[in-house]
Amino acid sequence: MTKKMYVARSPRIAARMLGEEMLVMSGQGSTLFTLNPTATILWQAADGSTPLDEIVERRICSEFEVKREEAMRDAEALAGDLAKHGILLISEQPITNPQTPLQEQAKP
Amino acid sequence: MPGLATQVEPYSVVIAIGGMPVRLNTTDSDFLDLLHHRYAGFVSADESTEYEFDLHLGPLAWADRHADVSVKYRAGRWLLERGDFRAEWEPALGRGSIRQTANPYAIDAVLRIVHTLVLAKQGGFLLHSASAIRNGKAFLFAGVSGAGKTTISRLAPPDATLLTDEISYVRKQAAGYVAHGTPFTGELAKLGENASAPVAALYLLAQGPENRIDPVAAADAGRELLANVLFFAEDREMVHRAFQAACDFVARVPVHRLTFVPDARVWELIV
Repeated sequence: MTKKMYVARSPRIAARMLGEEMLVMSGQGSTLFTLNPTATILWQAADGSTPLDEIVERRICSEFEVKREEAMRDAEALAGDLAKHGILLISEQPITNPQTPLQEQAKP
Repeated sequence: MPGLATQVEPYSVVIAIGGMPVRLNTTDSDFLDLLHHRYAGFVSADESTEYEFDLHLGPLAWADRHADVSVKYRAGRWLLERGDFRAEWEPALGRGSIRQTANPYAIDAVLRIVHTLVLAKQGGFLLHSASAIRNGKAFLFAGVSGAGKTTISRLAPPDATLLTDEISYVRKQAAGYVAHGTPFTGELAKLGENASAPVAALYLLAQGPENRIDPVAAADAGRELLANVLFFAEDREMVHRAFQAACDFVARVPVHRLTFVPDARVWELIV
């Protein structure tokens, strides 16, 4: 049986849709990324509780008219890439409360 | 009978940039004169300051003279360091101290950093851009070194009030954004006027064969604005604030590409 993959937006990232493009900024190193349309859909749907295969089927296959198997392979690779950059969190279990390792102090 | 210890009364000057008065205390009257000269036009008679720093002048024996700027938040204090200064600032108390060599560049850098930190919390920022007021409206001209900030400033007509040729001060208010003059100068080496006006537009500068204004896609505007925002803090919360501030700005203020040839006719497009 294939294991489920869950994805969640990293709380270390600030994101904003400007026009047609999603900009995300990492708090570490102030790195700015621009997400492509597929990555944007993945980012928006990454609630930590919806499995990746459901996101692919409901959001990506319908949007891009691509075969499910192919879309799933691409989405897994994309999720892995986004996780490497600290943009997404990936787990085989639902991610209910994505906390950062270091809690920030509130600054006056 | 007088005591053996003499209390040295500090000299004090209030420098108000962007409407934010900062009191600087020093025991060195020569340095006080230097501050009055350096920040002429921005020295305020306002006694009610929110922020206050004690200056301690002298060589920094422990420091690497060439060290780059570092801004960190630790245990309720901002720690600001560079090869020629080391400062601590406790924002909750509004008080801080600066150890620095007796040069104006160090205090200039500290003031810029403090203003970026205060502005970030309010949705504003300092921007690598020239700015000027014309017809009661402020216009920002952003670009990297060599893009034309000094040139567009030199070409400004007599009815324009130059706010800066190098670093603009942008404050967020309920009704929009306001640009303030700054004493932070570029190649023009001329202090900006201590004036302010609502921001009407941001122009991203490019030099070319003709004067023209072109639209800029929102995401491009956001990217280019962020590339020109001054930011020093190695701090996730503040980085996110700067990001959101830039995104808010481009969502509310028109951003255009201004291509220009270096002659005064370009200002016919800025109204």
